[in-house]
Amino acid sequence: MMNKLELNEDKVLEVRFVGDDDVLNHILDREGGAKFKKERPQLLVNTKKIIKKPEYDLKEDGIEVLKDKNYVEVLGRDVQESLKNGSATVGGNKVYSFQNRKHPEKMAKLASELAKTPRKNVSYSLKNDPEIMTDIPQCSKGHSPSDEVQLKNNDKSEFISTTRVLRKRLIAPRNHSDSESEYSASNSEDDEEVAQEFEEDTNKAILSPKTQAQNRVVSAPVYKATPSKKMKRDKTSDLVEEYFEAHSSSKVLTSDRTLQKLKKAKLDQQTLRNLLSKVSPSFSAELKQLNQQYEQLFHKWMLQLHLGFNIVLYGLGSKRDLLERFRATMLQDSIHIVINGFFPGISVKSILNSITEEVLDHMGTFRNILDQLDWIINKFKEDSSLELFLLIHNLDSQMLRGDKSQQIIAQLSSLRNIYLIASIDHLNAPLMWDHVKQSLYNWLWYETTTYSPYTEETSYENSLLVKQSGSLPLSSLTHVSRSLTPNARGIFRLLIKYQLDNQDNPSYLGLSFQDFYQQCREAFLVNSDLTLRAQLTEFRDHKLIRTKKGTDGVEYLFIPIDNGTLSEFLEKEEEES
Amino acid sequence: MATSSVSKGCFVFKPNFKKRKISVPIEEYFNEGKNESEDSKLRFETYQVIWQQMKSETEKMQEELNKNLFDSLIKFLQKSHSGFQKNSRDWGCQIKLREIPTAALILGVNVTDHEFTFRSLTEAIQNNVTPYVVKLQARDCPDIKHFLQKLFSQLMDCHVDVESKEEEKDIQKKTHCSMDSLSSWYMNVTQKTDQGKPRKKRTSSQWQSPPVVLILKDMESFTTKVLQDFIIISSQHLHEFPLILIFGIATSPVIIHRLLPHAVSSLLCIEIFQSLSCKEHLTTVIDKLLLTTQFPFNLSEKVLQILTSIFLYYDFSIQNFIKGLQLSLLEHFYSQPLSVLCCNLPEAKRRINFLSDNQCENIRRLPSFRRYVEKQATEKQVALLTNERFLKEETQSLLESLHVYHTNYFLVLRCLHQFTSSLPKYPLGRQIRELYCTCLEKNIWDSEEYASALQLLRMLAKDELMTILQKCFSVLNSSSEKQLGSTAKRIEELLAQLQSLDAEVKEEEDASGSQSKGLQKTDLYHLQKSLLEMKELRRTGKKQTKFEVLREKVVNFIDSLVREYLLPPETQPLYEAVYFTAAHTLHEHLNAAPRLALHTALNNPYYYLKNEVLKSEEGCIPNVAPDICIAYKLHLECSRLINLVDWSEAFATVVTAAEKTDANSVTSEERNDIIHARFIRAVSELELLGFVKPTKRKTDHVARLTWGGC
Repeated sequence: MMNKLELNEDKVLEVRFVGDDDVLNHILDREGGAKFKKERPQLLVNTKKIIKKPEYDLKEDGIEVLKDKNYVEVLGRDVQESLKNGSATVGGNKVYSFQNRKHPEKMAKLASELAKTPRKNVSYSLKNDPEIMTDIPQCSKGHSPSDEVQLKNNDKSEFISTTRVLRKRLIAPRNHSDSESEYSASNSEDDEEVAQEFEEDTNKAILSPKTQAQNRVVSAPVYKATPSKKMKRDKTSDLVEEYFEAHSSSKVLTSDRTLQKLKKAKLDQQTLRNLLSKVSPSFSAELKQLNQQYEQLFHKWMLQLHLGFNIVLYGLGSKRDLLERFRATMLQDSIHIVINGFFPGISVKSILNSITEEVLDHMGTFRNILDQLDWIINKFKEDSSLELFLLIHNLDSQMLRGDKSQQIIAQLSSLRNIYLIASIDHLNAPLMWDHVKQSLYNWLWYETTTYSPYTEETSYENSLLVKQSGSLPLSSLTHVSRSLTPNARGIFRLLIKYQLDNQDNPSYLGLSFQDFYQQCREAFLVNSDLTLRAQLTEFRDHKLIRTKKGTDGVEYLFIPIDNGTLSEFLEKEEEES
Repeated sequence: MATSSVSKGCFVFKPNFKKRKISVPIEEYFNEGKNESEDSKLRFETYQVIWQQMKSETEKMQEELNKNLFDSLIKFLQKSHSGFQKNSRDWGCQIKLREIPTAALILGVNVTDHEFTFRSLTEAIQNNVTPYVVKLQARDCPDIKHFLQKLFSQLMDCHVDVESKEEEKDIQKKTHCSMDSLSSWYMNVTQKTDQGKPRKKRTSSQWQSPPVVLILKDMESFTTKVLQDFIIISSQHLHEFPLILIFGIATSPVIIHRLLPHAVSSLLCIEIFQSLSCKEHLTTVIDKLLLTTQFPFNLSEKVLQILTSIFLYYDFSIQNFIKGLQLSLLEHFYSQPLSVLCCNLPEAKRRINFLSDNQCENIRRLPSFRRYVEKQATEKQVALLTNERFLKEETQSLLESLHVYHTNYFLVLRCLHQFTSSLPKYPLGRQIRELYCTCLEKNIWDSEEYASALQLLRMLAKDELMTILQKCFSVLNSSSEKQLGSTAKRIEELLAQLQSLDAEVKEEEDASGSQSKGLQKTDLYHLQKSLLEMKELRRTGKKQTKFEVLREKVVNFIDSLVREYLLPPETQPLYEAVYFTAAHTLHEHLNAAPRLALHTALNNPYYYLKNEVLKSEEGCIPNVAPDICIAYKLHLECSRLINLVDWSEAFATVVTAAEKTDANSVTSEERNDIIHARFIRAVSELELLGFVKPTKRKTDHVARLTWGGC
């Protein structure tokens, strides 16, 4: 939803609020080189069209919902009876519908809407901000169910004032109204981008009336220059086509802002934890109630496990605590293994090893995993008094989701005296299992939505915003380098410097051995390539360097550590010396 | 001991040995979860008894169903091997000798049931043909070396000779497995048995050198190369190593030719065997387990629907169907205290006498029983509600009538099925399970389908009608209990009438035949006249023939039977004790929808957290919702790439708005940091859940992995 500025014939400045889609559409329809003058009637037509479209969508949605219902009826599920299963509330069409083209501004807009969506007793900053106060009634009006569709499609001009204010709030204090556009496609120039830029510009024109005149000059030519052959998006709501359209073009419009500009350093794990510990959890009463509900199932789980079923837990929120409580209450007197699937070093091999070595006290080794599995299976079949509980947190983790791993775990779980209770979190986790595996697993599904944070599960993950490989590699780097001879240190520093010098070169592969040798010789660090090789072996053993074969067959050396850490290391080194 | 560590993913807990010995019996888990443990022990025992019965019944049934298939397979095996035996010199045999006899066993897509089939097949072959049966699976044989190794080791296991076992183990370790070593081993073994124990053990196998049968369980999943190599190699050794292959095929026989080139497949002498289709299988299972009074346990319409739809729409797996049955049995006994009465009639009657006061209250609370009480006279009502003894007696008689109801119900249902299963377009379904479902659901005679079925029945030809009636008669006679004796008699009468009609009709036909003869001799005028007369007669004389009258009678008779006996179970008092109705639990546990649950949790937290603050309209979310919900909602607004900065700002906007402004205790700087941390947490959680993933296409962006959703 953008504010558009138009220059009319009679040179009266008129400001109108037009939705995002309108703007796009408007540009589309100008295909035939339509003149400026014709704009207004066309625009009206367009708005009508757009208003019509959502209704059509709604109808279609209705039909689909109906279809879903039929299907549900076929399944004989009783919606009323289902108390806990979240699936009862939504039809599949909501989850599985096709993606529509999204516009980057939408998120900010939604955010502002959400920020304003009433808690019934909103009391926050209304008094300080009269502007927002005036907007509130409009907002709530917009949320009446009849306007639902329009709200979704963001065609309601009522909101514009709201969003404008909020955008101001959003942007102004953070100093982001740079003069250059903040939006560009991931693939540089293309039509949409231009259109987007145009929108952005016009938007700013409104935000800062002083620059209006200037912007008008800018915007007009852009407007004209917009080529639009590509955007022949006809309004047939053919979902399939929309899907392919959304996925065919490789360009995606997003803003160019980066975290560095924001001056928000990546946090490391520790500070993140500290910060989060200050957050008081909300809805603790309700969460507790949920958990109590699940705890009542413990006995049933034990019963069903003993009767040959295995249990899988799904639903939003970490199920680790729940399983831990299950373990604490039910499994104290039996042999059990807790397996953290989210642990990055986990493998089926280690699971099998802990069964053979720690549970069955077997000291021998096995030729391969299959042999080991056979041995375990035989052992358990022979001794029926042997019982083993397996608790697997995150059966769907990166390390365990492979076909082979699942196959082996499934075979284990199909044994009569091995009881498996596992949790899955990933959206597509059930895709891991084909019919054969499913029947081996013999699952009973339990929904346990806990909403508890995935603290442990995400702590290992190289999370997006968490500073990766921060302190640990640096300390180990210094540690290793202290143990080196001065010459070796020099060699290593040479490589670091070379790598840092080349960090902006995208085609940089590494330093070739010959060049490296040459440089080292020049610096009087080695006297023969044998000594250099010996040195490099040591580095390789410490995982400080890695080699890669180039296309020409030459070996290239590089350090598999990110440049930030390397430069920090260099700085420290220099300080010390 | 903690279960999180940065260096370990597996944590083994071993309690002390002494402690371990006092393991809790399973029954304990059955009742402990519930406060009111009414007869839980008894219930659990009953569950186990019924389940064991059902299990053995299904196994028996499956064996019977497979019998035909196995017989023909075994015949094939014997026949194909005899060629090798005779060692005949004639040319045809020589050619045949080059070909490996192969049975392609088409088993259908219900892969999960195959295991059982193969198991019993192995048994059957071992009993009848040869001790050397080897089953191989694709996952064990990534290459030809493993293939041969597996084959070798399994063959060793087949040949159980205690003395030689040790020795063979050594051989296995030492020798590099090859076809040569295999065939020399085979020679060794067969000679040894011939000399050492002249066929004492193997009385069943009449040959000196029994063949080696190799079953490839999942032929489709084998690598082409492995298969080809193996077939080529073994065809070279066929004269000294009599191999017979059995391919387990889930799809269609074409797959053999798709997997194997002509040069290889020409080395095989393939014969195709088709197993029973899984739908027929299901019909038999339902017939034997549900449409019988042998098991007191019954399913409600919804439950049956769910189980059959999982079968038909998901996997065609009998095994899963039975699993569902087991689960519903378990749930029934677990959740319904009155399920103690769900056992055979004499036992149930005995148990009623021992019911506690609490259980009596439970009976009184049953909706079906309350309905029954309301219909009684006042004195009886009072007695039922206050007098335990009287209640127990009444319950006994009610149980008895429930039993009678079931006996009649199934018989009449089968009769009705005989009638409706042959109708065009099958208005009431082709399978008896569909009919059963409709009957369980409501009064079937109120449905349109039933009306149309009756109409169609009124058009049946005589011979059809007679065969159907005959079948009905045999159905009614098949039951040991003579509840519907009079009905059977009535059907017999009707049949007799129809037959006698035959004679009459013949006479009539003769009469009309003579008439037609007479017609031929008349002239044109008379012909026209008589034709007109006949036409007139046909139009006005709507008089039904005798057959039509009789047919009407039969249809009415069936209709009356249906109306009398096929009442839905809800009408029967105490039906709750023997019917499992909680369809939703079954659906939840067997056919869960984790994606939908995730979606609901993220989109509509109020669904789980019943806090008024979270209540919102469809499609939007209050700003006080859990962080992850807000982040999720915001990310829905983006296309494939999401700018983290934008996202975090949007998130911060929402969250600050939700927070109270009186947070003077913390500085705004710190608050921002906390919000940022919360955002990070939310994003990494979304990453774990598989909604976003980091991307390198643009700095500080994440890629969306789902589409749609708003």
